[in-house]
Amino acid sequence: MTELRADLAIISEWIAPGSRVLDLGCGDGTLLDYLKRERDVDGYGLEIDPDNVVACIRHGVNVIQSDLDAGLSDYFDADSFDYVVMTQTLQAMHYPSRLISEMLRVGREGIVTFPNMGHWRARAQLALGGHMPVSRALPNQWYDTPNIHLCTLSDFEALCRHMDIEILQRNVVDTAHRSNFGMTLLPNLLGELALYRFRRR
Amino acid sequence: MPDSIPVDSVGLVTPQTRHFADPLTLDCGKILAQYELVYETYGQLNAAADNAILICHALSGDHHAAGYHRKDDKKPGWWDTAIGPGKPIDTDRFFVVSLNNLGGCKGSTGPNTINPATGKLWGPDFPIVTVRDWVNSQARLADVLGIRQWAAVIGGSLGGMQVMQWATDYPERLRHAVVIAAAPNLTAQNIAFNEVVRQALRSDPDFHEGRYAERGVVPAQGLKIARMLGHITYLSDDAMRKKFGRELREGKISFGFDVEFQVESYLRYQGESFVDRFDANTYLLMTKALDYFDPAAAHGGDLSAALAHVKAKFLVVSFTSDWRFSPERSREIVKALLDGDKTVSYAEIEANHGHDAFLIPIPHYFDVFRSYMARIAAEVRHD
Repeated sequence: MTELRADLAIISEWIAPGSRVLDLGCGDGTLLDYLKRERDVDGYGLEIDPDNVVACIRHGVNVIQSDLDAGLSDYFDADSFDYVVMTQTLQAMHYPSRLISEMLRVGREGIVTFPNMGHWRARAQLALGGHMPVSRALPNQWYDTPNIHLCTLSDFEALCRHMDIEILQRNVVDTAHRSNFGMTLLPNLLGELALYRFRRR
Repeated sequence: MPDSIPVDSVGLVTPQTRHFADPLTLDCGKILAQYELVYETYGQLNAAADNAILICHALSGDHHAAGYHRKDDKKPGWWDTAIGPGKPIDTDRFFVVSLNNLGGCKGSTGPNTINPATGKLWGPDFPIVTVRDWVNSQARLADVLGIRQWAAVIGGSLGGMQVMQWATDYPERLRHAVVIAAAPNLTAQNIAFNEVVRQALRSDPDFHEGRYAERGVVPAQGLKIARMLGHITYLSDDAMRKKFGRELREGKISFGFDVEFQVESYLRYQGESFVDRFDANTYLLMTKALDYFDPAAAHGGDLSAALAHVKAKFLVVSFTSDWRFSPERSREIVKALLDGDKTVSYAEIEANHGHDAFLIPIPHYFDVFRSYMARIAAEVRHD
C-alpha cells in the first residue's frame, strides 16, 4: 500500500497498540492495514463502496459491506471496541449526531476527522465571493457534493457539549496534513482538516 | 460442449468412487453400515496437503462442479464459472474436491442405490440425512484423501450451510469458510415452499409412497411442479420481468391453457428437464436437510454461542435481490461471528438475479471471491 496519509498517521499515534478498532467508511483499508501491521491492532472496517470492499479483501482487512446511515446496531453490541474511527466521512452522513452517539455506544472512544468549514478560505468564498466554498479539502460543487453536513470546529464542539461528549484530543492540519503555529493559535480559522478524539462524559 | 475445451476449463474429468466400510451414525439415530461417495477432483494436492478446497453443493447440485465428462457434453459442471485455471477457485493453485452428498442421486449412496441389507433399492427407506451427517461423511472423505485441514470449505445456499457446519463441528480442519447466499436456518416461508415441493412430489399418482422405481415409473408431474416452484423462488421479480416480461410465444393470446406466455414455456422446460436428471426421493431428503439445519437451536437460539468455537476465517456473501436467502439472513451470520470476535468479511452484492446469483459470474461478486481466494493461495506453502 502507499505511504500512510498524514491524517491517518496522526490518528494511528492516538491509538494504543493491541487495541480493537472499528473504522467507519474504511475506504480501501489503508488505516486498518497499517494499524494491524504496525500497532498490532485488531479491527474491522465498514464500507459501502464495492471497489473499496474488494480492495480491503485484497489487503486482508476485515471489511463489512454496509451503509453507515443504517446505523451500527445490525452488527455491534455496546462496548465492542476500544476506538471507533471515522475519517472524512462524518460530513457525508445523513444523521451525523446519531452516528456519533452510535460510535460511543459500540466504542470506548471515538475519533473523527472532517474538513473545517470555518477555514478562512471557505469563509472568504462565502462572505466575499458570495458562493459556496470549493477548496482542495472540499472540491465538489454544491449540487454534486456528497458532503451534506459540513461544519466548523466550533459547530462540532458545540455538538459535543450538547451530547455530553468529552473531547480528549484535537488537532488541525492543512490539506497537505501539516500543522503550524498559526493553526494552534487560530484552529477554526487556519485549520483545513480537523481531527478529534472523544469519549462519553 | 463447445467446439474445443476452453483454456480456463479444468478439461475432461472422471468421477471417482470411494467405498466406506465404517458405519456412519446419522442424526436421526439410524446407522449407515457402509456407503459410497462419488467425487471429482481438480488441480494437484501439494506435498504439504494444505492447498485443498472442498466444494459443498446445494439442493440439486452434485459432484460435477467443473469441466466436462465427455467431449460431446453440452454443458460443463454446475460451478464451472468459478472453478478452473485462473478462475476464483484457481486450479493452478488449489486442489479442489467436489462430492455428491449422501442421499443424492448421482452415484453416492442414496435412494436410487441398492441397500446391501435387502438387495433392493433404498427408495423411501433411505434414512433422512442432515447437514451434519453430510459434513461427517465429507470429513471421512478428507481422511482418505490425506487432507487433515482444508485451505477452505466453500458453498452456496444449502452448500453454505455445510460450510457453517464444518466450521462449528471441525474447527481445526479448515482455515477458511466461504459462505455464499446462505442462512443460519430456514424461515417459515422457506419451509413452507419446501412443504409445497414435498406435497407436489408425494401427491403424484406415480409416486407410490416413494417406491416408484420398483414399478418402473417416475413421478414426473410432481418433479416438474416442484422444480417450477423452485425456479420461481430462485429468481427475482425483476429478473423474471427482464427475461420474459409478458411476452407471448405466438404473439397473441389464444384463450386456452396451452403455453402462451414465454415465462410459462421457460418454467415447463425447466421442470421437464429436471425430471430426466433428478430423483424425487432425493429431492425430498434435500428439502428436509434444509428445514432441519439450525445450529443455533442447540444453544437456545443463540447463533453466536453456536459459532463460539469457530476458528476458520469467514467470507460471507449475499445478493440484494435474493429473497429466499436474503442479505438480512447473511447479516445474522456476520453479526454472530462479530459477537465472537471472529475474523470475517462480508460483501453484499448488488444483483437482480435472485438466489440464482450465486452461480452467476457477476463482476463485483467475482472480484470479491477472487481477491479472497488469492489471499488464501498466498498463505499456502509452496513446495
